Amino acid sequence: MPYKWFDRNLKWIYVLPAVAFVLIMMLFPILYTVRISFFEWSMSAITPPKWVGLDNYLSLLRDERFWRATRSTLYFTVVALVIEVVLGVAIAVLLSREFRGKNLVKTVFLLPMVATPVAMGLVWLLIYEPTIGAANLLLESIGLKPLLWLASPVQAIPSLIVVDVWQWTPMIALIVMAGLATIPSEPYEAADVDGAGRWRKFTAITLPLLKPTILVAAMLRLIDVLKTFDIIYATTQGGPNLATETLNIYGYVLGFQYFKLGTASALLVLFFALVMGLTLLLVWLRKRVEGQYD
Amino acid sequence: MTRRKRTARLILGLLTFLVLLAFAFPFVWMLLASFKTQSQIMSTDQLLSFKPTLANYTSVFGEHDFLGYMINSLIVGVGSTAFALLLGLPAAYAIARYHLHRLGLVILVARIIPGITFLIPWFILFSQVKLVDTYTALILSHMLVGLPFIIWIMISFFEALPKEIEEAGLIDGCNRHQVFLRVILPISGPGMITASLLSFIFSWNNFMFSIILSGEKTKPLPVAVFNFMSYAEINWGALMAAACIITLPVLIIALLAQRYVVNGLAAGAVKG
Repeated sequence: MPYKWFDRNLKWIYVLPAVAFVLIMMLFPILYTVRISFFEWSMSAITPPKWVGLDNYLSLLRDERFWRATRSTLYFTVVALVIEVVLGVAIAVLLSREFRGKNLVKTVFLLPMVATPVAMGLVWLLIYEPTIGAANLLLESIGLKPLLWLASPVQAIPSLIVVDVWQWTPMIALIVMAGLATIPSEPYEAADVDGAGRWRKFTAITLPLLKPTILVAAMLRLIDVLKTFDIIYATTQGGPNLATETLNIYGYVLGFQYFKLGTASALLVLFFALVMGLTLLLVWLRKRVEGQYD
Repeated sequence: MTRRKRTARLILGLLTFLVLLAFAFPFVWMLLASFKTQSQIMSTDQLLSFKPTLANYTSVFGEHDFLGYMINSLIVGVGSTAFALLLGLPAAYAIARYHLHRLGLVILVARIIPGITFLIPWFILFSQVKLVDTYTALILSHMLVGLPFIIWIMISFFEALPKEIEEAGLIDGCNRHQVFLRVILPISGPGMITASLLSFIFSWNNFMFSIILSGEKTKPLPVAVFNFMSYAEINWGALMAAACIITLPVLIIALLAQRYVVNGLAAGAVKG
C-alpha cells in the first residue's frame, strides 16, 4: 500500500525538495530584504532595527550617488548589449560558411565565457595599465596617443564595456549560429533566382528569420549585463571617482562596507524592479515579434 | 574562381583571423606575463622574446596557501553540484513528465533576480547561526546558481526521451520510482554531464557570494586571487600566474567537453 501512495504522489515528492530549497533560499531572503528596507539597522546586536517607513527610499531618491549609479548601469547595459548583439550576429554570419579550422575558432570562442571572471578582470587590468599595458602599446604602434583607460573617469565605463563585449559576444554568436543552422535553404534559392545580392538576402531573409533567436539571446544577455559585478569589482571597485559604480556595486558598498542594511535593501528592491521591468519589456517585445508570424 | 570571389574569400579569411586573435589575445597575454619577472613586464622591449621564469608559480604556491584555496574551491564546486543534482534531477523529471511547467518557471526566476538581493539576508542569517566561513554556507549559496541550470537543462533532456522506454519498464513490473532510478537515470549520462559541468564551472567562478560568505578557513580561489591585489605594489607576474592556475581547470573542462558546454549554454536560448 505505501508503495502505491508513493507512486501516485511521485511528482510532488520529486519536486518538493527542490521547490522547498528554492523557497527557503530565495523567497525568504527576498521578503526579508523588502522588510528590512523599511528599517534602519547596521547589523548591531545592541541596537535593534528601527522602523523608518519609506525613509530609506526617499533618501535614495534624493541621493545624487544613487542616480549616478542608475545612469552608469543603464549606460553600461545599453551600450554593451547593442554592441554584443550587432557584433555577435556579424560574427555568426562570418563563421556560418564552412572553412578549415572552424572548430578551432569555435573553441577559442568558448573560452572567454567560461574563464573565471575575476581572473580575467585582473588580466584586463594589466592590459589597460597605462604605462606597461598592451592597450597603449597597440595605440602607440599605430601612431595614436595613449589613453588612461580604467584610470580615467570618462574612459573607465567604455573600457569595461570592451571587457564585457570580449567576454559575452561569443555567447550571442553561438546562439545565433545555432539559429542560422535551422534556416531552410529554399528562400535563398528563390532569392538567387530573383538575382538578389548578398546584402539584400541578409536583410530580407536572414535577419527577419533570425529575429526571434536574436531577441531571446538579447534577453538572456540583458538579465546578466544589468547584474555585472565581478569584472567591475575586480578592476575598479566602482572607481575612479565612483565613475564605474553601478547599482549592483553601490548596493554592495552600502550593505557590506557602510553596513547601512536598510538603505542597501531599499536600493536592491528598486534594482530588482528595474531588472524585472526591463526583462518583461523584452518578453513583451518577443511576443509581439512572434505574433507577426502567426 | 573569379578574381572578385577570390578577393572576397581573402577578406573573409582575414576577418576571421582578426576575430580569433582578438578573442584569444588576453589569454596569450596572461600566459606570457605569468612566465616573466616584474622587470620584464615593466620593460616594453621584451614582449615576446624573454627568458621565461617559473618564479611566479613557485611564489604563488610557496608564499601563499594556494593549494588550500584550490581544495576549498574543489570542495564547494563538487559539493554544490552533487547536492544540486540530488534535488534537481527528480524535480526536472517530474516537471518534464507531468508538465508542471509553472513550477519550472518559479525555479527559473532564480536566474533573473540579482544575486546580491539574497546576500544581505543570507549574511545576517548565516552570521546568527555561525555558518559564515563554513563550507555549508558556500555550498548552499552556490547551489542556488547551479540548481536552476541543472533543472533547466534536464527538463529538455527528459522531454526528448521517448515515452516507450518508461512504459517498457512499467510493464516489466517496476514502479515509477524504480523506472526513474533504473531506466531513466542510466541513459541520462549526456544530459547529466552537461548540467554538472556547467554547475561546477559556475561555482568555481563564483565571486560575489564567496567574498561575503567565505573566510580564512574556506576562502576559494577567486577571492584569494582578488586579495592578492590589495598589497601595496601589484606583483603582476604572480598575479598572472594565479590567474592562469584558476582559469586552467575551467578551460580544460571546456575544451574536453566542448560539445556539452556549448549545448548547455545554448539550451536556455534554444528552448526560450
